[in-house]
Amino acid sequence: MKQASSNEALIRFPSCSANEGFARATAACFVAQLDPTLEEVNDIKTAVSEAVTNCIVHAYPDCLGLIQMRLRLFEDRTVEIVIKDTGVGIADVDQARTPLFTTGGEERSGMGFTIMESFMDTVKVRSRPGRGTTVVMRRRISRRMGVPG
Amino acid sequence: MAITCTGEGRVRTAELRGEVDHHRARGLMRELETLVDTTAPRELILDLSGVTFMDSSGIAVVLRTWRQVKALGGELRLAGVPEQAGKVLRAAGVERLVTVE
Repeated sequence: MKQASSNEALIRFPSCSANEGFARATAACFVAQLDPTLEEVNDIKTAVSEAVTNCIVHAYPDCLGLIQMRLRLFEDRTVEIVIKDTGVGIADVDQARTPLFTTGGEERSGMGFTIMESFMDTVKVRSRPGRGTTVVMRRRISRRMGVPG
Repeated sequence: MAITCTGEGRVRTAELRGEVDHHRARGLMRELETLVDTTAPRELILDLSGVTFMDSSGIAVVLRTWRQVKALGGELRLAGVPEQAGKVLRAAGVERLVTVE
């Protein structure tokens, strides 16, 4: 059965690097309604930054394309972040998720997916070469003592 | 100039400030490369106390600088690492290569 979201937002922006900061700040603002800890906010910002940077560097290597970010909150305090591009796609997703693997040269660390995986509860990647990539990340925000809701 | 450099001779400190992401990484790498090339430090301390955010682009900045310093016989150390940046650096195992104060 599909889970109903209690709130959601959808934004679309071009793949210019200045939008990395915009995307993570937007995600942080959206998550703020659950009163997360600073560490939870920072983890989500970091994971969003990695996913959006992947779109900018790998999905649209020679041109600007559109990146879509959908944010959803569920009743059990889970945040779902879907970051989608219609760029070049990934031929081998398992290889792309391997720590230190990168096609981005010396300027990239190859740790993007590793960081998304260690900072979020779940990370799913769907990709088709020539069609684009969708990353679905989920993180449950803890309930703090003395905080209603 | 995104980096403030202090020190003299072959002991230098480079202070990074603000957000270290892919948007800023190339400029930071270039500045650090120039610093290493011109001073050939025996000891380079990267002071991260003013860094407000870091993602894996920061790992690439640190590792690239570490390789350049090491190639000239020097040592790279990280100082003032904020909690968020530290978590990112630990996820990559950077502390196994670079001394973190």
